[in-house]
Order: sequence, then C-alpha cells, then structure tokens
Amino acid sequence: MAKVVAITSGKGGVGKTTTAAAFAAGLALRGHKTVVIDFDVGLRNLDLVMGCERRVVFDFINVINGDANLNQALIKDKRNDNLYIFPTSQTRDKDALKREGVERVLEELKQQFDFIICDSPAGIEHGAVTALYFADAAIIVTNPEVSSVRDSDRIIGILASRSRRAERNEPPVETNLLLTRYDPARVAKGEMLTVEDVQEILSVPLLGVIPESESVLRASNTGTPVAFDEDSPAGRAYLDAVARLLGEQREMRFVQPERRGFFRVLFGRA
Amino acid sequence: MRIHGMRLLNLVFPPRPKSAAIAKERLKIVLAHERAGSHAPDFLPRLQKELIDVVGRYVEIRDDMIRVSLDKAGETSLLEINIEIEGATPAPARVSQA
Ligand SMILES: Nc1ncnc2c1ncn2[C@@H]1O[C@H](COP(=O)(O)OP(=O)(O)OP(=O)(O)O)[C@@H](O)[C@H]1O
Ligand SMILES: [Mg+2]
Repeated sequence: MAKVVAITSGKGGVGKTTTAAAFAAGLALRGHKTVVIDFDVGLRNLDLVMGCERRVVFDFINVINGDANLNQALIKDKRNDNLYIFPTSQTRDKDALKREGVERVLEELKQQFDFIICDSPAGIEHGAVTALYFADAAIIVTNPEVSSVRDSDRIIGILASRSRRAERNEPPVETNLLLTRYDPARVAKGEMLTVEDVQEILSVPLLGVIPESESVLRASNTGTPVAFDEDSPAGRAYLDAVARLLGEQREMRFVQPERRGFFRVLFGRA
Repeated sequence: MRIHGMRLLNLVFPPRPKSAAIAKERLKIVLAHERAGSHAPDFLPRLQKELIDVVGRYVEIRDDMIRVSLDKAGETSLLEINIEIEGATPAPARVSQA
C-alpha cells in the first residue's frame, strides 16, 4: 500500500524542503520506491535542493491540466534508482492546484510508488491545505522557537479537522513531530526550548531531532539531499528519523552538546 | 571563596530567568487560548454591546465599564463579565459558566 506523507509546518523557512528531500532520499536508500512532489506552486525549489533543476521539462500543473502525462514529468534521480522528483510549476496562479486534479495524480502515483512525499508551501492557505489534504501521515517540521511552535500547533489542528481522513471519519492522519535546527549547546544554556518542552507543548510523537548543521547548506549548494551525506550529523539524524518512520526503534542522537571536539553520542529517550 | 563570591553576586544581581523557560510559559498560555476554539471569542464584542444595552436600562453606564473575557483552565471555560457601577449601586457582578 502506497503511503502519502505530507511535510508541513505552517511557518516558512523552517526546513520543510530540506526535510522532504532528505526523507525521499533516505526512503529510497532503504529500498522503497519514492517520489517527492513540490506543492509550493510559484516558488519551485525542490528541484534545486534535489539537484535536478536543469532537467525540468513538464511539471505538476501540466500533468493536472492534462498537458503532459506523469512519466513525461517525473525526473528519475541519477544517484538512486528508487528515487523520483516531481517538480512544481512557476505559475503565479495560486489556484492552479485543483483538488480533483491532485487526487487523480496521487492515485496514479500510488500505482507506481511505495512512498509519496509532499513538500508543502508555508502558510495555511490553499496550497498548504492541498498538500496535507490527502495525507496518510504528516511530518510537522518545527524549529525550537516560539512562532514555529505556535504555527505547528495550528497545522496539527488543520490536519485533525480538514484533511480528507478527518472529513471522511477515517483513522486520523499519523502525525509526527520533527524538530530541526536544534542547537544542543544553546539548549544547555537555557537559550533554546528543549526537545521535551516542544514535545510537551505540541503532544505529538517525536520522529526525530535534526541538529543545526553546516552540512545542510553545503548539501543544498551542491544539490544533494543531506541524507546522502552520511558523514554529516544532520544526514545521520535524518536517516534515523527515516528508520523510525519505517517502524524501527532508534535512539535519539545529537541532542546533547558535543564535548572537547569529540563527537559524543549520548542517548536520550526514544 | 569563588562560590561565595558567586552567591553574593546572585544576591546583588539576581540571575534572569532563562529565556527558554519564558518561551515555554508564553507558548503554553497562548496555545491554551487558541485551542479553546477559534470561534468562541467572535461573539464577545456582540455580547458586550448587548450587555451595555440591557444594564443601561437600569443604571447609567459607559462602554468602558463592562469587561467581558473568556478564559480556559483545563477542561472548563470561564466566561467572566465585570460590570463596574458608580454611585450607590451594588458591587461588580461576576457570572461564571462551565
Ligand atoms: N538542520 C539545519 N541546519 C542548518 N540549516 C538548515 C537546517 N535545516 C534547514 N536549514 C536551512 O534553512 C533554510 C530554509 O530551509 P528550507 O528551504 O528547507 O525551508 P522551508 O520550510 O522549505 O522553507 P519555505 O517555507 O520557504 O518553503 C535553508 O537555507 C536551509 O539550508
Ligand atoms: Mg520549501
């Protein structure tokens, strides 16, 4: 059974696209046929983060409008055979994402893929609601910072009330928290909300903690999903989170400050 | 010696609460309000206006003498109405509702 996973946050710039790319890459590495779709109509960026910007010919809106078929628009990743990218369009028409069209495309993708990762735009408008509407699972990308946590709470409410599963009284969207840009040193100084604080406030299961890491910018500079960089803390933290999404138990890493230049792996709660 | 110095310093300049702890408290309060239902506060201005009309039939009252607020503590909501009446009239009325 194919699974539709929405990557959402409410607040902008918290790391949704980074996360969508990393999860898609991580799931592909684990042998699952995966497509990552850019729902951020008008602000196409997933193509750059995935490193396929020069191969975009047709896009999501072309397929919705019937101007191209799915296999013309899907871009096969050059590094992993299980991975496909579905870019969005640069149109300024925000309503181009028609719900019936999106549904038809998702149904067709479900025939071919194990995982369909939806990279949501920021906000709580049409685009963001469309990106989460058909989800089976959602990853709430949150930074340890007041406005991000508040916006995550709004999005969790929208998932619970306005998703298709909610409207049809089906089992709710499996909702998980991913805390990103976490800086254990600042947390230790009392300058940043702790994992426990954020989890207590939002009360959804914790899928992972991604540390603030220079490797993320390096990865986006070169168009490489950070999960392909197994030497980086962020890459490894994403691979752990992917394993948890697949139902495995993994201890939380990167939640304690590094000491004396050594890379210390301390074990927190799962 | 150093420790005593620190204590003295803390006495003279009490340490500020950590900003993360302040963030957590503020978030808890604002989210408790927002989760209480985003529709609820919509009727408060109308309620306030109608109260002024009704009470105004019996005593002289200005807009700023009525305050209406909705609070949530755990599972119960508290609708608080404060009416300030000048002169030889009864003390402020408090109405609460589950
Ligand atoms: N763990 C991290 N460490 C350091 N930088 C990060 C991390 N995660 C994301 N970033 C940086 O934050 C910025 C925003 O990331 P990204 O584009 O993924 O956010 P977004 O939520 O998709 O934004 P938008 O809402 O605009 O779509 C980028 O510059 C990215 O490199
Ligand atoms: Mg994005």
